[in-house]
Amino acid sequence: MASDKIKAINDADFKTTISASVPCLVDFWAPWCGPCKAIGPVIEDLAEEYKGKVTILKMNVDDNPATPGQFGIRAIPTLILFKSGAVVDQITGAVGKKQLVDLINKAL
Amino acid sequence: MPKTHYDLIILGSGPAGLTAGLYAARARLDHLLIEKGAAGGQVLLTDWVDNYPGFPDGLSGFELAEKMEAHARRFGLNTLIANVVSMDLTQTPKRLTTEDGEELSCDALIICTGARPQLLGIPGEVEFTGKGVSYCATCDAPFYRDMHVAVVGGGNTAVQEAAHLTKFASRVTLIHRRDTLRATKIVQEKAFANDKIDFIWNSQITAIEGEKGVERIRLRDTAGKESILAVDGVFILIGVVPNSEMLPLQLLQSENGFIPTDNETRTVIPGVMAAGDIRDKEVRQIVTGAGEGATAVLAAEHYLNTLPS
Repeated sequence: MASDKIKAINDADFKTTISASVPCLVDFWAPWCGPCKAIGPVIEDLAEEYKGKVTILKMNVDDNPATPGQFGIRAIPTLILFKSGAVVDQITGAVGKKQLVDLINKAL
Repeated sequence: MPKTHYDLIILGSGPAGLTAGLYAARARLDHLLIEKGAAGGQVLLTDWVDNYPGFPDGLSGFELAEKMEAHARRFGLNTLIANVVSMDLTQTPKRLTTEDGEELSCDALIICTGARPQLLGIPGEVEFTGKGVSYCATCDAPFYRDMHVAVVGGGNTAVQEAAHLTKFASRVTLIHRRDTLRATKIVQEKAFANDKIDFIWNSQITAIEGEKGVERIRLRDTAGKESILAVDGVFILIGVVPNSEMLPLQLLQSENGFIPTDNETRTVIPGVMAAGDIRDKEVRQIVTGAGEGATAVLAAEHYLNTLPS
């Protein structure tokens, strides 16, 4: 997910970002990952639809190895939903919009 | 009011859909290509494409998908990102409904919904997906640097991706339920010559186990002997299942989820074509999908010309 519409986060600012009062959905991706690209447009749509309710962010796993390691991520795209800094649920693979909406709604 | 009717709708944006889109746009047909996400389909899961004509040095699946999309866009391809969940092909015009409840209609329809990786259906598989179980070596190989991974399967995808995995993993064990591989000779030769790949023949994987992630797999050979293999990851590359959930399979006379057609990609329903991996056929290659996409547009054009204007 290489879009500029989604804010990128890194290992350094990860913890403070996900501890915000608004729930966060973090898209762990890499530039060489086809399915990450495939779900890109859907993630952009969701970021627009849930503006103010859920913050959608992306983290490049190539540049930021520490956070994916901490969460045991072994496949991308992996999307993890956080509320007040804690993991609510996660999903792996190029899933459909409905599955992502169902995931996001778990934090609302 | 936004436009909801098109002469031709193409459903899916893999090689078949993109080629159909290219032909439809270039022929100036009133068309819409509906895609679920970014274009490319299963090509996006392919590390390296070595057999697509016109690219003598080979290219990555990612790159080929981008080139195909750019090519179709040059002619003015119209696209919509939506997930079609149902359709009514008995009416005139034919109707499609998206997940958001949007209704679209068309006179001719080309179904290019493709296929997706098949699951093994064994304990631990779903539980450890993304935590050691993967269906895309291209995507996830870099997570297995200096580790030991298993690859399940014996076809082109499994053997080719096993070789790709050796760029990262220290050891790759290919597990196949037969004693010979189904993959193309040149792909087999490369795998046999790779000293990081070892083979377990005549064996099936029966369970995937671990604590937080994959730690070991259970195997059973054709004689019934059971064993355990310690691995850090399992790549399941055993074939595909059709993306047919939104299709009226009975109406299309499908017995297995794939759509039967004639040589011109026409299904039993007038004005409905099927191209690419969703078609009921033996050969599933990028180049055959592309060829069928082109054939389907010519069939669609022919059909549209028979309709009263």
